[in-house]
Amino acid sequence: MSRDNILHRVRTALGRSAGQDVADPPPVRLRVPHGELEARIASVRTRVEALAGKTHRVSSPAEACAVVAAAIQGKTAVTSNAPFLAECGITELPGVRSGITDREELRELCATVDTGITSADYVLADTGTLVMLSSPREARMVSLLPPAHIAVVPADRVLTGLDELFTILPNPAEQSSSMVLITGPSRTADIEQILVRGVHGPGQITVVLVG
Amino acid sequence: MSVEFDQKIHSTLEDANLQLAIFTSTGRLKQGRIDNVAAEALPDYQELRSQANALKKHAIENLDYYLEQFERNVQARGGKVVYCKDGTEVTDFILSLAKERRAHLIVKSKSMTTEEIDLNERLEHHGLESVETDLGEYILQLAHERPYHIVAPALHKTRYDVADIFTRTLHVPSETVPEKQTAIARSVLREKFLAADIGISGANFLVADSGAVVLVENEGNARLTTSAPRIHIAIAGIEKVIPRAQDLATFLKLLARSATGQLLSVYTSFLAGPRREGEIDGPEEFYVVLLDNGRTKLLPDKSKRQSLYCIRCGACLNTCPVYRRIGGHSFPWVYSGPIGAIITPQFMGVSHEPGLPFASSLCGACGEVCPVKIDIPKILLELRSDVKKSETREKQNRLEKLAFQGFAWLMTHPRLFEMAGRLAALVAPGEDGRWLRTVPPLMNVAPLRAWLSQRDLPPPPSRSFREEWRRR
Repeated sequence: MSRDNILHRVRTALGRSAGQDVADPPPVRLRVPHGELEARIASVRTRVEALAGKTHRVSSPAEACAVVAAAIQGKTAVTSNAPFLAECGITELPGVRSGITDREELRELCATVDTGITSADYVLADTGTLVMLSSPREARMVSLLPPAHIAVVPADRVLTGLDELFTILPNPAEQSSSMVLITGPSRTADIEQILVRGVHGPGQITVVLVG
Repeated sequence: MSVEFDQKIHSTLEDANLQLAIFTSTGRLKQGRIDNVAAEALPDYQELRSQANALKKHAIENLDYYLEQFERNVQARGGKVVYCKDGTEVTDFILSLAKERRAHLIVKSKSMTTEEIDLNERLEHHGLESVETDLGEYILQLAHERPYHIVAPALHKTRYDVADIFTRTLHVPSETVPEKQTAIARSVLREKFLAADIGISGANFLVADSGAVVLVENEGNARLTTSAPRIHIAIAGIEKVIPRAQDLATFLKLLARSATGQLLSVYTSFLAGPRREGEIDGPEEFYVVLLDNGRTKLLPDKSKRQSLYCIRCGACLNTCPVYRRIGGHSFPWVYSGPIGAIITPQFMGVSHEPGLPFASSLCGACGEVCPVKIDIPKILLELRSDVKKSETREKQNRLEKLAFQGFAWLMTHPRLFEMAGRLAALVAPGEDGRWLRTVPPLMNVAPLRAWLSQRDLPPPPSRSFREEWRRR
């Protein structure tokens, strides 16, 4: 069997024996800077907009609902099952489908609607990144198949950056089978280094920060 | 140097359009990196490099430990780890799984590791359809070519080339606008994603303490590959394992900046096992193939094993004055540029292309930009030595050996060395301080001519360094 063969070859080459312990790895390097909430929010907006995304800062769930309503007017949309979206009243908007729990139904919807609406677990200020852990509340396809993605997120979920994320979530695998970091719209430069947005994922991304 | 290597280099140098394409593309990627690792953009860049190097060194020196830890954690999350020694074993595994699950269509996201083993060709040979979904890789699959660059695989194709390829293979009207070409690929591949039974991805990192596969990409095709089909298979070299999820904070800051000059790639997926209870989508089965394919051959040598630290960012290609002229397809295997020049001889044997470690000016730029601090120039020198040692005694150039022995002797005799310097200035007089680009008449004898024909000499100085020193 190749498993034992390969491990044996590795050990022989390194001069180690089976079950041998290891010295401590280099200490983890995480430096969480101090960042005021307003500065973090401003940074998210700058970064997302630099990547041709849109951002909104609103003070209440009702305002968030109004922003989303304006963005999807006359279009079709599907929401994830994130409770915050229902709290905002977004699930009740005309043209919006929500509460889907069947895989096939969700896929078909996501492949045909104009917009996918989700929340996010965190937002990273220094890169303008959405952090999404998949769960029964957040399916993967909603932020992936439709040509546009809107994320509606409570403003206090904005972290400074990667170092703070991995301080809060030292092992994301304990939380979820999938964590995805989304930094701007899907893009490619594979043909003559010319930037094209919306290759396989959404070509438009909108981040609505609430509170 | 083999005739084939020589010919490929010359045909690339003579192709003006190709030269322009390579130069502008690598130039743009190179500048993106420079802007984003600059002190004002990333003050702790050098500290991050040192940390990344220390982490890789530790992981490789204890590779068996971290592979087993990774394996246990994948299993604990309901996934399965399969060790394979080569491409045949990988193919056999996929074929038997496909047969059991009655799978026919495979979608693939970009993976240099699967290029190593020609996975698509092998699977297609056995009647499976395996479709590349990264735009650049898809174009190359249609054109039956291998990647030109680790990060920008279709760097050598113009939009007109792409138009021809699409018209010929997809039977669509000719379209030369990249935005519209991308839309064509999107719609063809969207159908494939939704119909595929198996998704095959590579892996940028394997996280030992989590049992997770980490994928970094810009298009969204890796996300679709790993979440739309029922089965996800990740294929990774055994060297990809890192100790902890928290170490990603270091590696992710370096990878995208070094590769394309982005702060982070658009999508970073951290995947740990199949979908869990209550999740609406995601794969039902999750496999990680750990591939050796020659990697264990690199481990015994304490210096050269650092070649396995590579995170495939491509920065060394973009900065290399040799790659930027001779391009990716001149290189004899799937890995090109400086990293290809050190990996290929170690994976395939130094006699596979003995000229490869010599196709470098040893300027050191590759080592300087490497985010994990691989000492590429040093390994190139070690491989040159290996090439010489591997040549049979009859093949070794006795004259060259004698010349270098003589040179070594001269270097250890300062007076004679100084005299020889003066003599050289007489034999090869410079013209108005310009470089000597032709062979001087007095040196125009067979072996010297051959040696000098590929080298330019700086003009001899009026006074040597030693003379200047005495005058101080």
